[in-house]
Amino acid sequence: MSRDIKIKKGLDLRLKGEAELKMENLPRSGTFAIKPPDFHSVVPKLLIKKEGTEIKAGDDLFYSKYSDKVRFTSPVSGKVKEVVRGAKRKVLEIVIEADETDTYRDFGTLDPKKAEADDVKSQIFESGCGAFLKQRPYDIVANPENTPKNIFISAVDTAPLAADPEFILKDKIEAFQKGIDALKKCTPGKVYIGVKKGIDSIFNKIEGVETLTVSGPHPAGNVGVQIHKTEPINQGDTVWTIEPEDVANIGAMFSTGHYIPERTIAVVGSDAKNRHYYKTLIGAPVAHLLKEKTNTDKTRIISGDVLTGTQLANDEFISFYDNCVTLIPEGNKHRLFGWLPFTYNGIPSNSHTSLSWLLPKKKYEVNTNMNGEERALVVTGEMEEVLPMDIFPMQLLKACMTGNIEKMEGLGIYEVIPEDFALVEYVNTSKLEAQEIIRLGLDVMITEVG
Amino acid sequence: MSWLRNKIDEVKKPFGKGEKFEKYAPAVNALDTFLYVPDHTTKKGSHIRDAVDLKRTMITVVLALVPALIFGMWNAGYQYLSQIQAEVGFWEAIGSGALRIMPIIVVSYGVGLGIEFIFAIFRGHEVNEGYLVTGLLIPMIMPVTIPLWMVALSVAFAVLIGKEAFGGTGMNILNPALTARAFAFFAYPTYMSGEVWVAESSSVDAVSGETILNKLAAGKEVAYNSMDMFSGLIPGSISETSAICILVGALILILSKVGSWRIILSGFIGAAVMALIFNALPSMGIEGNDLTNFVWYNHLIIGGLAFGIVFMATDPVSASQTTKGKWIYGFLIGLLGIMIRIFNPAYPEGIMLAILLMNVFAPTIDHYVIQGNVKRRKKRIQESSEVQKQAA
Repeated sequence: MSRDIKIKKGLDLRLKGEAELKMENLPRSGTFAIKPPDFHSVVPKLLIKKEGTEIKAGDDLFYSKYSDKVRFTSPVSGKVKEVVRGAKRKVLEIVIEADETDTYRDFGTLDPKKAEADDVKSQIFESGCGAFLKQRPYDIVANPENTPKNIFISAVDTAPLAADPEFILKDKIEAFQKGIDALKKCTPGKVYIGVKKGIDSIFNKIEGVETLTVSGPHPAGNVGVQIHKTEPINQGDTVWTIEPEDVANIGAMFSTGHYIPERTIAVVGSDAKNRHYYKTLIGAPVAHLLKEKTNTDKTRIISGDVLTGTQLANDEFISFYDNCVTLIPEGNKHRLFGWLPFTYNGIPSNSHTSLSWLLPKKKYEVNTNMNGEERALVVTGEMEEVLPMDIFPMQLLKACMTGNIEKMEGLGIYEVIPEDFALVEYVNTSKLEAQEIIRLGLDVMITEVG
Repeated sequence: MSWLRNKIDEVKKPFGKGEKFEKYAPAVNALDTFLYVPDHTTKKGSHIRDAVDLKRTMITVVLALVPALIFGMWNAGYQYLSQIQAEVGFWEAIGSGALRIMPIIVVSYGVGLGIEFIFAIFRGHEVNEGYLVTGLLIPMIMPVTIPLWMVALSVAFAVLIGKEAFGGTGMNILNPALTARAFAFFAYPTYMSGEVWVAESSSVDAVSGETILNKLAAGKEVAYNSMDMFSGLIPGSISETSAICILVGALILILSKVGSWRIILSGFIGAAVMALIFNALPSMGIEGNDLTNFVWYNHLIIGGLAFGIVFMATDPVSASQTTKGKWIYGFLIGLLGIMIRIFNPAYPEGIMLAILLMNVFAPTIDHYVIQGNVKRRKKRIQESSEVQKQAA
């Protein structure tokens, strides 16, 4: 059975620098790293006390201070090279020097279709695959003590220059099916998958799922929008979400008994040279993919897409959940009389104060300039244009800014996570940090409501 | 142009972080950003940003005001010169009008921006661009004969009491430009009504400086036809007379998506509905008067109604913020504007009061629209818990 999700509000940003649909196998990287800050609100309890400890792939690195069942395991076998700490001894990175070939901790094979639900669930979380599951509300790592109402997967990515899930998973469809079988055991509800409408999708053959055929501009591919249009999250509900490639990783774990967190990463953006897809493991160093050193004064390296990603330095590692690396020029230049309307039309704009809206098909090279400064909230109606949800974005943002719990609940804080407000942040005239405001609002809810 | 950039950076040095004049940085930054868009880059969240910023938005409104302003200058000159000479040249008229209007604009910007700069420094935030529009709107809705000190006083009142007292740009409840006009109107009524709309008209016999609305209210003969009213060749506040120029401005606002087309459209619909109701009075056996019987489409093009709906009602800060709210807000402004105009001839123009009144009610309209959303969400929770109960 399938259901149609047709999105009208939103904005497709057409940027230069798409990745060619070509898979490149890389020689194995010498180091990998897991970054605890990738898992929001997890306070890591390290299980590796000493640098130099030998570990296998799938061995525990750390667990959450608040639940020892939320565990994070090593993507490769090797030696712990370094535990990088920041201010207040916060753990930033656990760097592992990888062996030539991996040795694995064995979790045992299991057919999730026949196995007991509890066994399936505990194996997912024990192996570290639990980190793939994200919980809504709050956008945090799933906790096995909760039972999700439904599980949502979006196999459509509409973000600018995003990697194509259809291409990434074309050879992994069996593992994907097995992953779905496992996820079905984790929820009494349904497993939904959002699939692009109008194409012969590889996900149409998947059994045991509710298919949502998605069409329309970004953020149609955001799993949050798909949840909102099918079964919106109510107060007290828990929903899990997971990326398509990680479903296949779970499936592979059940058939091999090993934790092999594969990650196919698209290198994109107008400043990127070899714009291909690269197969590697989670936690790979960005330099390994880019092959050459980037001048970070002129070019920004982003782990993830341009709307939600995080900035990386040359020697840093790709974040846990990201499947693309974007390189765009830095915009640290002044523009003479840049505020005059109808000038500098080479910068895309959703507002009609630039003439770029007359050329809807043109592809743009964008940079990181703010194109203005932060100002008071004046313009209304522009945020609503890019948020296809039954939510008042400006009012919700104001409720988050003032930390008004009752208002946040009433206006739908449980239904959103920061990425849903990425386009709001992009378009708004007042240059508001919308994603950060939503994150802080969610954090208030976590501490006050739980 | 890099020498200019370097020069500015040099001048700005003592205003930098930790330097001697750091406190005054907002003032210098405001001037700098009028030359250059800053080199600030994104730090977190979205790495790219839309080309639009508040300055661009506000300058677009100023552009939309320019046709009406230029016409206003020409009309002010024409109305004045035509009482004393038979033929008036185009440039002659513009020159004469500009000589009277430019000082008003200079005073408005000088006083208003001065206060804004002081508050920005005092509060430690950057100067918001909102006053670029307000500062031009205020002269455009004053009579050409207004004394400059009165302009200065009205501007100071509007910015201080109307805006800064509420927390500055984005927080004000009333439209600042209309607050200025309302202040002048109630504080100095003799300068804001009667024969003030044409310069020095009282010194010339047999010429009336009254507006059409004044005449209608007094039951006098109106010597202008619809075309005069539409083109704007009539006495009135500086820039509100020409419906054509206002229409051009409205098009700029709507096409650039800076002004809400919903407010503009529903405003005119509201005004038309009210005027039609009054026009229908004779057919119901009530005689009415010159104002009620004034043809409905003429009601839309005289007085400040069109100017108010296009440029004042659409001020996003004081208007309704929700889409549904904008429809209601605009409609009621049009409706009340005509109602006040007809019922209370003591106020020669009702649109000013209608907009100020709806400014006050806009948050209430929004409140009910938003409560609808909140209630929908609560109902959904109730329904889902009932389903769960049934399942159990």
